Amino acid sequence: MPELNLTSAPAHLRHGSNIGQPLTRRDGVLKVTGRATYAADNHPPGMLFAAMAVSSIARGRVVSLDVAAAKRHPGVVDVMTPDHKPALAIDPDIKTNPFVFRMEVLQSSEVRYANQPIAVVIAETLEAATEGAALLAPRYEVLPALVGLDAGESYVPPVVGVGNPAEHHHGDVEAGLASAEKQIEAVYETPPQYHNAMEPHAIVASWDGDHLSVDMPTQGLMLSLARIAELFGITHDKIHIRSPFLGGGFGSKGLMAGPPTLGIMAAKLVGRPVKLVLRREQMYGPVGHRAPTRQRLRLGADGEGRLTALDHHARTVSSTFDDFYEPAADASHTLYAAPAIRTSHDAVRVNTGTPLFMRAPGEATGSIALESAIDEVAWACGMDPLAFRLKNYAEVEPISGKPFSSKALRACYEKGATRFGWAKRPLQPRQMRDDAGLLVGWGMGTATFPALMFQAEARAAIRRDGSGVMEIGAHDMGQGAWTALAQIAADAVGLDVDRVEFKAGTSDLPDAGIAGGSAHTATAGAAIHSAGAAVIARLADLATTDERSPLFGAGNAGVIARDGRLIRRDDESRSESYAEILARAGVAEIEARGTGAPNPAAMEEYAMHAHGAVFAEVKVDPELGQVRVTRMVGAFAAGRIVNPRMVQSQLFGGMIWGLSFALHEEAITDRRSGRIMNANLGEYHIPVNADVPPLDVITVEEHDPHVNALGIKGVGEIGITGSAGAVANAVWHATGVRVRRFPIRIEELLTQL
Amino acid sequence: MKQFDYVRPGTITEAVAAAAQPGAVYLAAGTNLLDLMKGGVSRPDRLVDVTHLEGLDQIETLADGSLRIGALVRNADLAHDADFARSYPAVAEALLSGASAQLRNAATVGGNLLQRTRCAYFYDTASRCNKREPGSGCDASDGENRGHAVLGWSESCIATHPSDFCVPLVALDAIVEIEGRTGRREIALDELHRLPGDAPERESVLEPGDLIVAVRLPPAARGFAAHARYLKVRERTSYAFAVVSAAAALRIENGRIAEARLALGGVAAKPWRARAAEDVLRNVAPTADAFQEAAWRALADAKPSGDNAFKIELARRIVVRALLLAAAGTPARLPALPASPFASTSGAIHA
Repeated sequence: MPELNLTSAPAHLRHGSNIGQPLTRRDGVLKVTGRATYAADNHPPGMLFAAMAVSSIARGRVVSLDVAAAKRHPGVVDVMTPDHKPALAIDPDIKTNPFVFRMEVLQSSEVRYANQPIAVVIAETLEAATEGAALLAPRYEVLPALVGLDAGESYVPPVVGVGNPAEHHHGDVEAGLASAEKQIEAVYETPPQYHNAMEPHAIVASWDGDHLSVDMPTQGLMLSLARIAELFGITHDKIHIRSPFLGGGFGSKGLMAGPPTLGIMAAKLVGRPVKLVLRREQMYGPVGHRAPTRQRLRLGADGEGRLTALDHHARTVSSTFDDFYEPAADASHTLYAAPAIRTSHDAVRVNTGTPLFMRAPGEATGSIALESAIDEVAWACGMDPLAFRLKNYAEVEPISGKPFSSKALRACYEKGATRFGWAKRPLQPRQMRDDAGLLVGWGMGTATFPALMFQAEARAAIRRDGSGVMEIGAHDMGQGAWTALAQIAADAVGLDVDRVEFKAGTSDLPDAGIAGGSAHTATAGAAIHSAGAAVIARLADLATTDERSPLFGAGNAGVIARDGRLIRRDDESRSESYAEILARAGVAEIEARGTGAPNPAAMEEYAMHAHGAVFAEVKVDPELGQVRVTRMVGAFAAGRIVNPRMVQSQLFGGMIWGLSFALHEEAITDRRSGRIMNANLGEYHIPVNADVPPLDVITVEEHDPHVNALGIKGVGEIGITGSAGAVANAVWHATGVRVRRFPIRIEELLTQL
Repeated sequence: MKQFDYVRPGTITEAVAAAAQPGAVYLAAGTNLLDLMKGGVSRPDRLVDVTHLEGLDQIETLADGSLRIGALVRNADLAHDADFARSYPAVAEALLSGASAQLRNAATVGGNLLQRTRCAYFYDTASRCNKREPGSGCDASDGENRGHAVLGWSESCIATHPSDFCVPLVALDAIVEIEGRTGRREIALDELHRLPGDAPERESVLEPGDLIVAVRLPPAARGFAAHARYLKVRERTSYAFAVVSAAAALRIENGRIAEARLALGGVAAKPWRARAAEDVLRNVAPTADAFQEAAWRALADAKPSGDNAFKIELARRIVVRALLLAAAGTPARLPALPASPFASTSGAIHA
């Protein structure tokens, strides 16, 4: 990225290794001074503006569009419709791999959900394009919309999430329930939620012959590149994608969606660069969301509070034309030991854009239900919720029986509970009040998220001047990749972070894998670590085989790289700088590549998860039913922490998402039309600062030799799990009212308080 | 977006003439209007920008003790005016509980009075809405309507007026000064907004060209300063409209209520003055029982317009609470979380 100058921030002080240091964001100065260029900030010469027209019906057909009226509007250049669009190289409805989702790119006049793109107006100004889109005045043939969790015949999906079986059985659940001393059965509902990244999906696309240049926020540069290549029938080397910064993605920018594809098509149609930016309400449809769920949990426990059975069934929805199933019940796979566990899913099809990955897909929805149910059964057993969880602590992964690669959950429980003051919690609900008479309640939840890895590659180089280069097409979504990965890179090549030119965010760099599944630091970090080791090994070869070097004869294993020098391990007085080695060898630059990938042997042997424990205090007005979270403590064990400052921010963010899940977020769908009625940030509520209490994050050190060479597990999504359930359980503890429909609303509490 | 004319008149008379034309609307801060235009909900032919008119941004105390607030005074400036906040604490509290800091910095007094409903079906141009398109029908009445009106609604419209500011103003008998084609006139704020009846598109009694130039609080409004609160239940602590709100103001003499003022927000197409409740509080001791009785009176005519029966119960409770808080006395300092039930919570660290 020649246009980026990430070292413009004050030079970082380094104490020992770079990994583990709480460096501030290296892109922070660019961002707070407005110099960080996001996709929509690009304006290539001759650029036109595109505006999507979207469907106001959820099901049916577009019968007519007044294209002539739109074209008559001053400034409108062209109108792209199903009848007037550039041809694609393949049918976009063909799923060429499991990470391809069907998209609406004006294939036909059929409408499958509200806010589906039905035309694109291209104009000299944004205002003209917007008005042109309004002038299309579509007429529809309307069919009754399928809406809600009971919209039609249910079915068992072939897989849920990414390739997980829809059902899991372990032991005899019915026998376990029958033998139980205490049983609970409860149904929990979670609403549709939308990612609502601050930065809407945006693209600036320019064609030069058959070369394509794209500015677009993406969590998956290479997946997007491959999808564009097959859709437009061009080879990878003719496509250049720049995605230096994302204003949030949360899973909605991982895969190539319809709207950016329409931007590329529009640029092709008019032969000029085109910018297409979604309006906020247009993000409620074609770019994914979290599907609603209805989850039934049945739990049994023996006289000592040991689970005898855990049955978790989740109903969810997918679109009428593609398959993605929120794997909510899978949250019950790993947390609690029970001799019998069954998880199952079914689904109905509704007129919606296809649901997709949204921060902790399955884990978030499943966790709030499971953690609520665990609280309910603990109460049935007359046990403290933490004591109950410890009683049912999974020493091995319950269904697979595998040992955990590492699991410091006990320490999380202990440290979190101590910091929170959990020991003083009365067992009975509705026992605590504050000075103002508000009801006070304490609740907890266990957090969990798998430690995943994808495939990545990196290129490392050492230059004649002794500086380093690390190249990897990694993605900074705001989580801090520019900083944390650069720290790993610096350690990998034995240099200070400001002596390594860290390049990321473009598609011409080696594939970093997708920034998703909380796996980016682990995946990209492993590739960086391996590339760095490889280039140092090559440098060491140069030195140790050259009799003019003080390191001659030391052998590869006999040197270490530190502060820009190779040093004899057994005699630190003998060393040589990188610059000296390369100068003598007459080499301008020495390079090597490395890869990062999951280790199948380790995965076969171990269950790999991050864990945590979240404790929440809420206050509830006893007459008005208004709830406010007043305190949250989260203790998390997620392997090695590369940058404590970034990690703390990630965990804060996750906990706020959890609070939001429990108390705020819900997309309201009109049950007749299938339209989302609150598709804006004024009415789709996420917490404001005043809703977020003081948050306390504890990271529990974990040395995990199995997950990957660096021992990194990932922290992107775990914060939301556990947190939502902790808030819900605290509301129960404050009031004695168990609300099972989320978000918890005033009316649910009002009548029962 | 749709092309429109933009005019910036130099005088109030020119403004009134320009805005009296069909298709013309006034533009002040635009915190509501511009969103409506971007969404295609309002498609005016002409914007008459009044923000440069002289003399409309003053807060002045008149000889008779009235307070006159120019229509262009910003919400934030008014709320942070120390004299104003001391004399009319419930109004300041309501202002600071509205919208967000950024919006309050821009929004004007006159504009606040005339903001449009937040009914989602009004904003969704694909829905039928009698307010937006007279005679088309009301998709809210059988739709997602837990936030809709419980008082004064009609078959043709169940929308609410979303203002916080108007609620204590109407309780304090605020007067609206209007400049129109036939000169200046004034009406009670309580008479400004219309209930929907069979013409929900007519939201106020204003005629084409009418410009609100000031809001006046009569001398008696100061008499409630020692016992005045605004309370707002909302689904997040800032940047959310009221589910239900209440302004309560009491004049307490010798341990008895000499005069009570009560108004509700978020329950009807206008800020809802609860005179029947005020009547039962006259000359009684400020007790919880009396306030319960007042709350029942205030909501006696309420009925759900959809999935919103809870709002009636919530409104009763918030009336009781607001009256109790008012009776306890106006706090010396405005609470850190204005109008929130959590304002008195220790540890509330947000402004």
